[in-house]
Amino acid sequence: MSQYSAFGLLRGALNGQKHWQPAWRDPEPKSHYDIIIIGGGGHGLATAYYLAKVHGLKNIAVLEKGWIGGGNTGRNTTIVRSNYRLKPLHDLFEFGLKMWEHLSDELNYNVMFSPRGAMFLGHSDADMTKLAERGDAMRCDGIDADLMTRDEVRKLEPLLDMSRSARFPIEGGLIQRRGGTARHDAVAWGYARGADSLGVDIIQKCEVTGFVRDGDAVVGVETTRGRINAGRVGICVAGHSGHVAGLAGLKLPVESQTLQAMVTEGVKPMINSVIMSQSLHCYISQSDKGGIVFGGDPDNWPSYAQSGNPMVMERAVAQGLALVPALSRLRMVRTWSGVTDMSFDGAPIIGETPMKNLFLNGGWCYGGFKATPASGWTYAHTLATGKAHALNAPFALDRFERGATIDETGSGPMPNSR
Amino acid sequence: MINFSFDGKTYQAEKGDTLAAALLRNGIGLVGRSFKYHRPRGIMTAGVEEPNALVTIGDGGRTEPNTRATDVFVYEGLVAKSQNRWPNLSFDIGAVFGLAAPALSAGFYYKTFFGSAKRWMFYEYFIRKAAGLGNAPTKTDPDHFSQRAAFCDVLVVGAGPAGLSAALEAAEAGKRVILVEQDNILGASLIRDGQDLDGAWVDATQARIRAAGGRILTRTTASGYWEHDLVTLTQRIAEPGQTPPHGVAQRLWHVRAGQVILATGSIERPMAFAHNDRPGVMLSQAVRTYVRRFGVVPGKRVVIATNNDDAYKTAYALKAAGAEIVAVLDARPAPAGADSGLPVYNNAVPLSTKGARHCLKSVTARVYGLTQSWDADLIAVSGGFTPVVHLHMQAGGTLDWNDAAQAFVPASSRQNVTTIGGAANPEPVFNVVPVSKPKKSFIDFQNDVTLSDVDLAWAEGYRSVEHLKRYTTLGMATDQGKLSNMAALGRLAEKQGVAIPEAGLTTFRPPYTPVTMGLLAGAGAKDAGAHVRRLALYDVHAAKNPIWQPLGYWFRPRAYPVGSETLAQAAMREAKAVRSNVGMTDVSTLAKFEVTGPDAAAFLEIICATTVGKLAVGRGRYTFMLREDGFVFDDGTVWRLDENRYLLTSSTGGADRMATHISYVRQYLCPHLRVSAVNVQEHYAGIAVAGPQAKAALAALIGEEPPRHMSTVPAMIAGVPVIVLAASYSGERAFEIYVEASHAGLVWAACEAEVSAQGGALYGLEAMEFLRIEKGHLVVGGEVDGRMTPHDLALDKMLNKAGGYVGASGLSRPAFSEAGRLQLVGLEAIEGNIPEGAMLVTGEGASPQGHVSAAAFRIMDGGSVALGQLTDGFARHGEELIASSPTRGQMARVRVVAPHFYDTAGERYRD
Amino acid sequence: MMQFTCPHCGPRDQAEFIYERTVDAVVSLDAAPEEAMKSLFTRNNPRGVDEEIWRHTYGCRAWMVIARNRVTNEISATRAVGPEALP
Ligand SMILES: Cc1cc2nc3c(=O)[nH]c(=O)nc-3n(C[C@H](O)[C@H](O)[C@H](O)COP(=O)(O)OP(=O)(O)OC[C@H]3O[C@@H](n4cnc5c(N)ncnc54)[C@H](O)[C@@H]3O)c2cc1C
Ligand SMILES: [Zn+2]
Repeated sequence: MSQYSAFGLLRGALNGQKHWQPAWRDPEPKSHYDIIIIGGGGHGLATAYYLAKVHGLKNIAVLEKGWIGGGNTGRNTTIVRSNYRLKPLHDLFEFGLKMWEHLSDELNYNVMFSPRGAMFLGHSDADMTKLAERGDAMRCDGIDADLMTRDEVRKLEPLLDMSRSARFPIEGGLIQRRGGTARHDAVAWGYARGADSLGVDIIQKCEVTGFVRDGDAVVGVETTRGRINAGRVGICVAGHSGHVAGLAGLKLPVESQTLQAMVTEGVKPMINSVIMSQSLHCYISQSDKGGIVFGGDPDNWPSYAQSGNPMVMERAVAQGLALVPALSRLRMVRTWSGVTDMSFDGAPIIGETPMKNLFLNGGWCYGGFKATPASGWTYAHTLATGKAHALNAPFALDRFERGATIDETGSGPMPNSR
Repeated sequence: MINFSFDGKTYQAEKGDTLAAALLRNGIGLVGRSFKYHRPRGIMTAGVEEPNALVTIGDGGRTEPNTRATDVFVYEGLVAKSQNRWPNLSFDIGAVFGLAAPALSAGFYYKTFFGSAKRWMFYEYFIRKAAGLGNAPTKTDPDHFSQRAAFCDVLVVGAGPAGLSAALEAAEAGKRVILVEQDNILGASLIRDGQDLDGAWVDATQARIRAAGGRILTRTTASGYWEHDLVTLTQRIAEPGQTPPHGVAQRLWHVRAGQVILATGSIERPMAFAHNDRPGVMLSQAVRTYVRRFGVVPGKRVVIATNNDDAYKTAYALKAAGAEIVAVLDARPAPAGADSGLPVYNNAVPLSTKGARHCLKSVTARVYGLTQSWDADLIAVSGGFTPVVHLHMQAGGTLDWNDAAQAFVPASSRQNVTTIGGAANPEPVFNVVPVSKPKKSFIDFQNDVTLSDVDLAWAEGYRSVEHLKRYTTLGMATDQGKLSNMAALGRLAEKQGVAIPEAGLTTFRPPYTPVTMGLLAGAGAKDAGAHVRRLALYDVHAAKNPIWQPLGYWFRPRAYPVGSETLAQAAMREAKAVRSNVGMTDVSTLAKFEVTGPDAAAFLEIICATTVGKLAVGRGRYTFMLREDGFVFDDGTVWRLDENRYLLTSSTGGADRMATHISYVRQYLCPHLRVSAVNVQEHYAGIAVAGPQAKAALAALIGEEPPRHMSTVPAMIAGVPVIVLAASYSGERAFEIYVEASHAGLVWAACEAEVSAQGGALYGLEAMEFLRIEKGHLVVGGEVDGRMTPHDLALDKMLNKAGGYVGASGLSRPAFSEAGRLQLVGLEAIEGNIPEGAMLVTGEGASPQGHVSAAAFRIMDGGSVALGQLTDGFARHGEELIASSPTRGQMARVRVVAPHFYDTAGERYRD
Repeated sequence: MMQFTCPHCGPRDQAEFIYERTVDAVVSLDAAPEEAMKSLFTRNNPRGVDEEIWRHTYGCRAWMVIARNRVTNEISATRAVGPEALP
């Protein structure tokens, strides 16, 4: 693996950048792996990386039906934060956030993690109390969170509509200054390059189409590139969790829904942080290229179509413009969508399944990008040891039938009411 | 003559000019700077695919950055400015990035800028400043954007010969037709090449379509093709930056079409050769358009480079307009046909150009393997034609490879869409493999992606088209790859040694061309699409100038300050009035359901987790509802108004959820029950009268003995029939009066007169909150947060022993009876005031064991009290804890107590 | 945005409807607790046709079951439910 550095680029300037090696190999699948990870998204690749790096395992494959990072990893709005109200959630995401802070160095791949601040706006005293509650919960657990006054909000984001007569007047905010955004593709590629250099086989265009079973144990997978045997198999396919688990005869507490996002034409810097709202369902940030990245609610009905919907999009834009009127004359240049596996309490699932040797990492809804390092770390631990890490123990699949759901919004089992 | 300005200088345009035509007319070659290397760029196309000539139009709140000069029609006073340059267009410091280009290869930023996140942010600051093209407006948009829905049998997109004919045929066959065209006139390719046709054909066809009832929309782009043949159209009513005639700048159409016909034509492709990006390099059809449509000849000595016949038409047009054709470089091996009278070179491809910032000076080509140069000020390039298949693909369509045209053409679709004309049948071309130096051979002009960037991505393993795009940023510019995608696929195929269709395909997502955000938001930009509902008693409150508080869809009075009272002072005065005398408040927004029929009680015992059936006529009781998973969902009261008629109330905030839930249970789960459950939330307005004097006030109002606590009677107030419920949220003897909303004003006035006669006061939500906290009543969204079981809230004793209610099945889950659950407690301050929302901790630095869900003060005696959720709280009464709010720098020492601070025995309800 | 055919109102924009859940997720009132939780917390999630319960909330407010393909959005059947639809 060629080491990345400014020096390397300068050297390349003289030789026409001819000395770079492929970031990862393109191997043929072997007939057996100790651990197979289904899904070459950020989570699957990070899992493979930590399996090799932390647990010293060598014989690992990541099977990806398309191209790595082509799922939600490459489609998300890249918001990274750990400001959740409930302890199991903020503990997991904070573990991840700490990893983000060093991820570029760890991977020798600039993932452009940019902690510009993730700010939730409050629009009433009631909102502000809820935000304080969340901030207090975080602060008591050692995570940074600060309440902001109206003036502090105005200073950070001068283009917000601060008028008192606004439909959703801005009373203040809660900021996590260590939150921000990262470059989504780089996360997948950086982990892939790291895993590959540790001997992990990353196999693209290889769709898992079935499981090979021995009684109630999984012993391998059927793929579009033939049968591959495995000691343990980890599902890590986001929006396709329900489908892939279904191949093993499992039904999951998830429903696949479409989430869209969009970006405007690039403009000079105008949004400094990540803007979210306690009452409105839109989130706004500006990419390094200058585009305003915009997201809203999921579609709220099941879909694998990965096609957007003007109704949902227009609603998100209306909400965004109500917050930042200066966006009015920018132009939306591209929309896209991803299939998210909405779990029935809004929290992820990482752990065992009822089937032996088969593990599940899914249910990330619309918020799993920020967890990529933590998800990979804990899932690797679970796959390597067969047991949950303390951080993912609360996120076991059986929590639903046990009644131990982790319901951040308290809205219950129907994903469409969240 | 029309006056416009560019970078502060005034110029003249002809009527009908695009800004691009007008700039060329005035001899302006340099119009913009590219994104990454700030290379000087001119006008390359005559259409929406323009990658280079981006300018900022207008000023103030109408500023539109990144506007394609080829897609704005000049109007008197148009103001245009160049972008992404400093200090000016001609001398741009940013061009140093170009010098560093060898080090700034594709994806260079992934390989450097390591160190802490803070360090990256330092570099990033400069990168962000350098990126981003134009400046966003900072002023409020003064214009409106309207939205409109339409239906038609046939929607035709594109008004070239194919589209016009299709629209005419459909319209004259009696179909409802909408024809849209993004240009401001009809004709499309005919505007450029229509000499052979009777010029009046377009006009005549247009008239016939209209006469047959068809609707024609110009300056209207079909930008999105969604499910079930829904197409969104964006219509420009005013040009960018222009003051719209009636205040509406653009209109968004949602058109549901029976059938969609795409006659969207094709986009000409550039060729990849060194320095193919400078001003003076244009697409052939664009040159022809400027010559024939606008009467502007963009060059005097012209080289044509082509791989097809079409570019010859450009040569003739230029010649006819007086330009000199110095060479026609035809990539094809042999002459196409008869002698054209032009200096044609076969087997000839351009290698590179020379020039200055503003213009082209010479073109070098390889002809039969030999290098040859010509002095020229314009090169018109045609690398073939890319059918506009965007909408077809958005509709979920598939593509076929047309080898003769070296292009993808529409194949099947699951929607009712067909493609006709040039978009379906592009002209044949000769495949040209780029031969010149890849480093300066641009394929994505705006983002400065060259062939060597593609090569590098390939070498580094970014080999799928999507990886390539993302790694190099190819196709990510404002033109979304309209000019670059095919060149990249070609290079990729070459590297892989396969044919283009095997190399991959990129997908197209809406929009076809960029869409103004304000247009998508429409009127919703003003209120976030969340309309405010008006209280029936709004005027009554407004006259008293209260402090308003948003709650659900409504704004409700939070307090009615008198004189210089603060919110807290007013609320405390109001609460005291209730405790010591009488107060009244508007409770209209509570959710209300009227449940009638022989099975009404049975139905309510499904919805409510408490018993209902035993309720006598005229009596009511507290109730709560569970979600299907067993958690407490909402709470309220249920009243038996009559033998088979009940009124159910629940929380304001949960009203919509509850309405859906009740309807679902009734319609889907229990269709066999003989019951009707009607949402009467806004049918009735509600007025609560509470306090020791409430009974006396009620007696005066209704002229009879008021009902006992938890009883109900029909009555008359001010001649209006009302329902009186004796229910108390405040902890005092209290009544809720429900009246048809349209008559609420009369009843309110009567009540207010009576309450003031008693010396009472109005009270708002803040006082109500004080009262209910002191009394230990729950609130949905507070103590009832969707994560609490009936047991956690100490409601389990009220559960219907017979079961059968929604959520009963969830209650037996093991985690519901494990230790360590959060449970409802009261909190009493030992020291300090308890901050609402604060965490409950055993000491500094300890992890929270619960939180304060609501905090207030004892109304008559003072002292800070609160309700909260605490781990295993039922067993911890008497324990001391800290309520800590680090975000507000507040804390209090508290004692855990029972969650009732006032009249625990309920004596005050009794008469 | 799809177009549904309400059994009572005819073809209408999807914006008028609200999705409830799939038919396999209906928790019948007389289900045993374990079975009830299974219905509530598991889904078929087919990458194909499933039966979904929708409500014409911003129209006639009636409920219906729509058989829809989740990949192509093709609607193969719509049937009314509720008291009026009882045999
Ligand atoms: C529009 C949008 C915006 C979002 N915004 C944010 C945000 O701002 N912040 C945030 O934290 N999260 C966000 N998310 C969520 C986040 O993107 C995901 O939770 C996260 O990326 C999931 O990563 P993953 O690796 O699990 O899944 P993916 O990246 O989707 O990877 C799963 C992979 O599995 C592959 N696969 C599927 N089936 C098979 C099979 N049978 N065989 C082999 N391979 C298969 C897929 O091709 C895919 O590559 C957003 C999501 C979307 C769609
Ligand atoms: Zn209907």
